[in-house]
Amino acid sequence: MPIHEKSLIRPENLKTHDQLVIDGVDVSGHWSTFIESRVVSDYNEALEAEIASLPGGEHIHRCWQCGSCTNSCTVNAINPDFNPRYWIYLIRMGMESELLRDKDIIWQCVSCNKCTYACPRDVFPEGVMKATAHWLERKGHTAKSPSMHFDEVFAEQVLKTGRIEESRTIRRFFARTKQGLFQDWMVEMVKGLLRGLPVGLLTRMGLATLIAPRTSNWSKASAAIQEYIDEQHTKQEEAMSLAQLIDTARRDAAA
Amino acid sequence: MTTKDKYKKVAYYPGCALEGTGHAYNRSTKAVGKALGLDLVEVKNWNCCGAMEVKNIDPKIQTYLSSRVMSVAANEMGMDVVMAPCNGCYHNLKKAEYDLKNDPSSVDVVGKLSDKAGHQAYKSGQVETIHALDWIKGAIGEEGLKERIKNSLAGIKIANYYGCMYTRPRHIFPEKDQGPGSESTSKPHFMDDLLAAAGAENVDFPLKTACCGGAHTMSDSDTSTRLVLNILKAAKMAGADVIATECPTCHSGLEMHQIRAEKRLGEKVDIKILYFTQLIGMALGLKPKKVGVHENVSDSMSFLKEKGLA
Repeated sequence: MPIHEKSLIRPENLKTHDQLVIDGVDVSGHWSTFIESRVVSDYNEALEAEIASLPGGEHIHRCWQCGSCTNSCTVNAINPDFNPRYWIYLIRMGMESELLRDKDIIWQCVSCNKCTYACPRDVFPEGVMKATAHWLERKGHTAKSPSMHFDEVFAEQVLKTGRIEESRTIRRFFARTKQGLFQDWMVEMVKGLLRGLPVGLLTRMGLATLIAPRTSNWSKASAAIQEYIDEQHTKQEEAMSLAQLIDTARRDAAA
Repeated sequence: MTTKDKYKKVAYYPGCALEGTGHAYNRSTKAVGKALGLDLVEVKNWNCCGAMEVKNIDPKIQTYLSSRVMSVAANEMGMDVVMAPCNGCYHNLKKAEYDLKNDPSSVDVVGKLSDKAGHQAYKSGQVETIHALDWIKGAIGEEGLKERIKNSLAGIKIANYYGCMYTRPRHIFPEKDQGPGSESTSKPHFMDDLLAAAGAENVDFPLKTACCGGAHTMSDSDTSTRLVLNILKAAKMAGADVIATECPTCHSGLEMHQIRAEKRLGEKVDIKILYFTQLIGMALGLKPKKVGVHENVSDSMSFLKEKGLA
């Protein structure tokens, strides 16, 4: 199915005259529809380099815009505004303000990797989506997404104990995103679990909530991982601000 | 050494989910192994594979975490096969293997982190990572399974649901798509093969590798509910009584959003959700409790009774 690019035309750019006669021909209503062209004046020439400096974004330059990613995309099927091909295009062109129009949905990529499977150029669009979502947050364009909160809660627990105890991760995630734990479906799930009276499992889970399961002798691995994450973070910050500096210098030179 | 012999005794990596919400999968995998005379040796002092979440924070940390599990199996236990029933764990170990084989910078990071953590670094090729499907198919095979069936699944219509991480992205699964006998990444069939050998009727299910939205099951639940609803409805329309699963995240996602779809969207789809190992276990003559049917959130007891399995 081809991408319905008409969805990229903004409603406010569609101009129609209710009453219009040109050279004696009545073109009132939709006969006179024309699309006002988009004017983009604020290019960020460093945008591609910034995204490429973040994990997952490394191969964005390989894209040749075939659209296989959007065509295979799980999220695109339920939200046509979710368009990886188009975002990769915007990033490579440096059209930052256009990209920001979709800033609140980019994090919704479900990492199903259908795009990565379909991509003939090994762009790894799933990685590009993650890199773009991180870029948006680190540049302050969006607040931390629920997904980012979940990743952080999860990673913190892995660093601390080496393992995940799910109920703890879920409780912390709900607390951090300020959601109530007793959602109607959650109550139904617990009821479903209790129906079978899995005494052994309930005891295990209860104990795990009290004493987190952990990998022994984990402290050295944990410290090493934290050190690596911090190092990478600094490098990425440098790469992102460096890219920005180059861009500012270019703009100054042009002016 | 043939695959049959090689898979007789394998290192078992249950992973975090199988110790919690996916415990029924853990229980049924072990029970099936025992019933088939296969030996599972749990990886000593294992850690989380990194899952999707740590990969999102930094992919190389995920590579390291997964490599540590393989390093323990190879260097501390002398095993050459690691079996991971969870799609996430299986996928991550495969991804780490791929990275360490093809990306020198990953080798470098894993080397440094392993040194600092005080264990031997894993080197690509030391172990073979397999899924529970590869394990049963390789060690027993369809013919072997047929001989051992005590309680045929005849009359049960099954939609086999493989999810995302078992086949995608294809480059981390070099052994798949290698012609007859190998698994297919576009139309996987190992679960179909095993359940057919156990007597079940597999329906033509188009959403075998569709996404359940597991990555955002908590952070974007409405999207996940819509995706799961598609899967449930498609299975029902294909004529299935049961969706067979092979991943704890898919399984609990299907169970959670089956309830959520009813609560939030008023859409009720009556279809049973069981791990493929639970189905095979019962076909081998094990009681539902032995394969953890009572640990599932969804209720399939009356259905199993009706089909003569309980």
